Amino acid sequence: METPNLAPFPAQHDLGGNPRFRCTPVEIEDDAPPDDFGKRVDALRAVLRDKGLITTDEQRFNIESLPEAEYFDLTYYEKWLRAVAAVMIAKGVVTWEELQ
Amino acid sequence: MANQPPRAESLALLAKLEAALKRRGIVSDEEIELKRASADRANPMTGARMVARAWIDPEWRALLLRDGTAAAEAMGISMRGNPPLGVLEDTAGVHHLVVCTLCSCYPRAIIGYPPHWYKSAAYRSRAVREPRAVLAEFGTVLPAGMQVRVVDSTADFRWMVLPQRPAGTEGWTEDQLTALVTRDDMVGVTLPRVGRRESRAA
Repeated sequence: METPNLAPFPAQHDLGGNPRFRCTPVEIEDDAPPDDFGKRVDALRAVLRDKGLITTDEQRFNIESLPEAEYFDLTYYEKWLRAVAAVMIAKGVVTWEELQ
Repeated sequence: MANQPPRAESLALLAKLEAALKRRGIVSDEEIELKRASADRANPMTGARMVARAWIDPEWRALLLRDGTAAAEAMGISMRGNPPLGVLEDTAGVHHLVVCTLCSCYPRAIIGYPPHWYKSAAYRSRAVREPRAVLAEFGTVLPAGMQVRVVDSTADFRWMVLPQRPAGTEGWTEDQLTALVTRDDMVGVTLPRVGRRESRAA
């Protein structure tokens, strides 16, 4: 039996040193505050956090678990929204059908 | 991953999620508005004042470096629900740069919303691999021989940089010094300087 390879494989969100973006400049002018959508998502998440319905780690885990194509394609707050919705469904706070 | 507008399906999902939560009495418009207003109020002026005071007051500086959370609370900022805040002291020999390689962790309570570039794949991947090249893109060139220490903010611990007080600020008031410090200085991508063009967000 072969020894399994135990070296950790970097997860998609673990971008430190990732060569894929080696030649991508940092868009330093891209620093506007979040748009209305982003602020709404952020505020909703904060309310749910204060009520004990979502933790940072639950949110993080659900963002990190997105399929790779979505992880790199969705905007920042679109990823947050999907994570918040996923946690609310998983906990039975809302139903999947309501969000269709 | 540029800063694009949300897709129609995302707007629809948000509307449905908000409606479902409101129907059940779990959230209200008032609660959401309050949170939004409080997030909008958080801005880099708080962090800038913490830095300026550290340049003037050695006791405050010691508190800031020992316990950033306590220092922020002493400024009247509620840090409830926030992870601990650590403060990295730049010296003549060491410059600090903050990144969140895993996502976007950032001391929002004291410097506001993170800019989009902080959350970008390019910044997250390159800051730890070639920090000097990233700094150069911000127009920051460090003196030869200065060490760069890159520090990862995480979901459990946030960092800000206490830059060195720039030359030419002898005798300045706390307000004058506060006006000199920008958000980017506290992330470590720029350095406070007298007379620089204030083109970037303060």
